Amino acid sequence: MLEATLVMLAIGGVCGLVLSIASKIFYVYEDPRIAEVEGFLAGANCGGCGYAGCSAAAAAVVAGKAPPSICMVAGLESAIKVAEIMGLDPGSAEPMKSVNECLGGVRADDKYFYNGAPACAALAALWGGRRVCTIGCLGLGDCIRACRFDAIEMGPEGYPVVDEARCVGCGVCEKVCPKNIITVRTMSQRLLHFNEEDDALAPCRQTCPAEIDIPKYIGQIREGDYEGAVHTIRERNPLLLTCGRVCPHPCEDYCRRGIVDEPVSINQLKRFVADYEMNSGKRLPIPCAPETDKKVAVVGGGPAGLSCAYFLRRLGHRVTIFDAMPELGGIARYGIPEYRLPARVLDWEIQGILDLGIEARCNNKLGRDFTIASLRREGFDAIFLGIGAWSDYRLRVEGEDLDGCWQGIKFLSKVAAGEKVKVGPRAAVIGGGNSAIDCVRTLVRLGVREVYLVYRRTRKEMPANEVEIEAAEHEGIKFIFLAAPVRVIGDENGRVTHLEYQKMELGEPDASGRRRPVPIEGSETLLEVETVITAIGQRPDVSFVEKDPDLAKLKVTRWNTIDNDPETLQTSIAYIFTAGDAATGASLVVDAIGGGRRAARSIHQYLNGEPVKGSPKSLRKRHIPESLFDDVPGVVRSKRTPMPELPVEQRLDSMVEVDLVISEKDALYESGRCLSCCRLCYNRETEQQENQGAGQDGSSEDAGRELEEATA
Amino acid sequence: MTDLIVLAISCILINNILLAQYLGNCPFLGTSKKMETAVGMAMAVVFVLVLAGVITWIVDTFILKRWDLEYLRTIAFILVIASLVQFVEMFLKKSIPALYAGLGIFLPLITTNCAVMGVCLINIKEEYNFIQALVASFAYAAGFGLALILFAGVRERILLARVPRPLQDTSIGLITAGILSLVFFAFKGMV
Ligand SMILES: Cc1cc2nc3c(=O)[nH]c(=O)nc-3n(C[C@H](O)[C@H](O)[C@H](O)COP(=O)(O)OP(=O)(O)OC[C@H]3O[C@@H](n4cnc5c(N)ncnc54)[C@H](O)[C@@H]3O)c2cc1C
Ligand code: SF4
Repeated sequence: MLEATLVMLAIGGVCGLVLSIASKIFYVYEDPRIAEVEGFLAGANCGGCGYAGCSAAAAAVVAGKAPPSICMVAGLESAIKVAEIMGLDPGSAEPMKSVNECLGGVRADDKYFYNGAPACAALAALWGGRRVCTIGCLGLGDCIRACRFDAIEMGPEGYPVVDEARCVGCGVCEKVCPKNIITVRTMSQRLLHFNEEDDALAPCRQTCPAEIDIPKYIGQIREGDYEGAVHTIRERNPLLLTCGRVCPHPCEDYCRRGIVDEPVSINQLKRFVADYEMNSGKRLPIPCAPETDKKVAVVGGGPAGLSCAYFLRRLGHRVTIFDAMPELGGIARYGIPEYRLPARVLDWEIQGILDLGIEARCNNKLGRDFTIASLRREGFDAIFLGIGAWSDYRLRVEGEDLDGCWQGIKFLSKVAAGEKVKVGPRAAVIGGGNSAIDCVRTLVRLGVREVYLVYRRTRKEMPANEVEIEAAEHEGIKFIFLAAPVRVIGDENGRVTHLEYQKMELGEPDASGRRRPVPIEGSETLLEVETVITAIGQRPDVSFVEKDPDLAKLKVTRWNTIDNDPETLQTSIAYIFTAGDAATGASLVVDAIGGGRRAARSIHQYLNGEPVKGSPKSLRKRHIPESLFDDVPGVVRSKRTPMPELPVEQRLDSMVEVDLVISEKDALYESGRCLSCCRLCYNRETEQQENQGAGQDGSSEDAGRELEEATA
Repeated sequence: MTDLIVLAISCILINNILLAQYLGNCPFLGTSKKMETAVGMAMAVVFVLVLAGVITWIVDTFILKRWDLEYLRTIAFILVIASLVQFVEMFLKKSIPALYAGLGIFLPLITTNCAVMGVCLINIKEEYNFIQALVASFAYAAGFGLALILFAGVRERILLARVPRPLQDTSIGLITAGILSLVFFAFKGMV
């Protein structure tokens, strides 16, 4: 024993001595930061970072080849410390977090029907998951077993729940999930994710131009987690109060519930949680990525500009908004009238966005108060143009400049700005879109006794939202269909006295599929009115382009919109991006918001010096055909919650808001109507099997087919 | 001479340390994703293994055997190999920076590699003389490199293939390793 100890001591001593001498002789200067950095890495030598051990990783960090957040075990604090040592902006130290995209649908009890394949991966390979949608959580917990940090556990609903505090963002769960359901991303990456072909997307979510995760927030409302729902919406849409009020909700047209009874009232639910936050008296905190030193100028503070600014700010960039008008909001403030979207609500919403640390310079018009060159001189690295479509189309008829004639946006923005506008006791509005309806309903509220809406085609062809047309009807607007104005007639003082129009009849369908109205000879009619408003559409006012030598290369289309790459929204000048009405022509608020986010993504890439490119599998409002299943068995019919509104007699002589928010009880009921499409994994299949009455045997054939699919 | 060649061949192919003796599997899977890394690792193993084989043989013959301390073999070898690798690392860093740049990062990974330890112990167990131990160490290391580089080549090709998602990465790696191992079984009985 003594011998052994002595020998070992001797060997150890010799080794130690040799090494210590060697370290003197062979001393090489090494960046001391490497040792410092290594001190903050986990020391596990696990190789998970892709480098051969911690010291190699530390060397790579010091050499600038790896980000400070490289160590997947040590976590955020270490990343921040490492970033400090390196004097790096900790932007790259934003933590990765795992999120389960699928919050479980209506889960059947027969989850373990597939005996013998207790792992998601095996099940996916063998059966394709046996689901209708190609995506959806299988709930067998491969991710739970894979996580080495115990950050995932099976929740009570049967789908895995991630404990954010424990998640280190190592990404194993993402690797083992056979369904692309669990993903590990930074917040920035999540904010910049666009709907892709392989995502778990409900039909409504595929349709939403802002790509909000609709079933997720409805699910959160169902569980009473209203704050969670607000967060979910804000990941995609910063203007939830606005959209909750004015959005024509294209998503509801695709709602699968609509096949059996009526679509889920998605937008009212959005409004419910948005109002819940506003009325709660406090603002939910909105996290932003660590500051960068990049500056972006957002020209135009409408929905597109606000959305772009909001996302860029959350990505850590410094943003300044320039707007020509005295206040931000664009058409949402100066076009959409008070009774639909009260200024108070819009103010609250915009303040929340500015509170993230965005500077706003109002009364600042591009082309008048500043130029592209002056922005560049001020140090803005990229510019976003969200100037909207503010130039009204003209009728091109005689007398349209007489006293008493207005153009839609001019009229609405004057009223919205609180200026006195002189209108006669009778008025006619020309047009059939939302702006025309907004004009007539505003006129009624200004005390005009007789308001006519003059439209070339019939009610069926009116592009305005159905609910808006109905509301106008309730408010006593007189519709004159199939009528084309030919002349405005004035008295000797140049004041409007009549509108002359010609009656029309419907002829052959035109390119758009609508029957083209043709004039009836000799049918000219005089309408006695003192005010005539034309609201037949708008286009962007791009007069500043010609005046600005820096914009000589900016391409403008023949519709006066600013030309851009449809995927990246970059214009013909690399540092200028555009979205919203300025790029698309008159469209919807929610389109402008989606565009703002897409532009923010490209600008972010541009600022980081990466190539500006879209995501290859981006859907851009296209649908995934197999997810649009056309039968929903087993749904018990239930009525859609009606929109509560102010009675007509109370709303006519004031600008008070007409549409009201639904009650909490109704919200809970309505959210319960959602089918959680593309999250529902098992029910439908079971039903089929029961119908076949064959159990496992009956499905062996398509099991083979799905196996082929899974391996193809 | 023929003996030594036969020994070398059997160490490289028949008793391949990775595919027949299943030692050193973590660098086998860990550093075989890229050919470049695999080559670096293979060279580092050759380098360290030859040195370690020789030194441990000397330690065993002249120290442990002399004082009948064979039971200390494992722990003594660990100590010696670890110090050796550290020493080599320092030496390379100073004297042959180019070689260090190529091998350096792999050296610490081999410190506690079971393939290295295994070969040193086999040398002793088979009662090789000095020359045989030298040849065997080199040949085992060469076998390690051969298997690793072959495997890395296969894995690079697999990256291009469409592997079903559940089988990707390590999973398909293990399957491939198994098949490679079966292939090496064909050498059994050659000598
Ligand atoms: C009357 C009316 C009613 C509508 N109702 C609805 C509805 O109910 N639901 C719906 O979804 N959509 C509706 N829309 C459409 C919707 O309002 C627009 O699609 C949306 O506002 C477009 O947003 P944007 O940011 O692109 O442009 P805008 O909202 O037009 O904002 C552009 C901003 O840029 C500023 N700007 C312009 N030129 C300059 C310049 N040279 N320098 C600096 N700043 C400049 C403007 O002041 C403005 O603030 C309606 C539109 C109108 C006209
Ligand atoms: S039922 Fe729910 S998930 Fe399905 S389309 Fe309608 S709102 Fe979306």
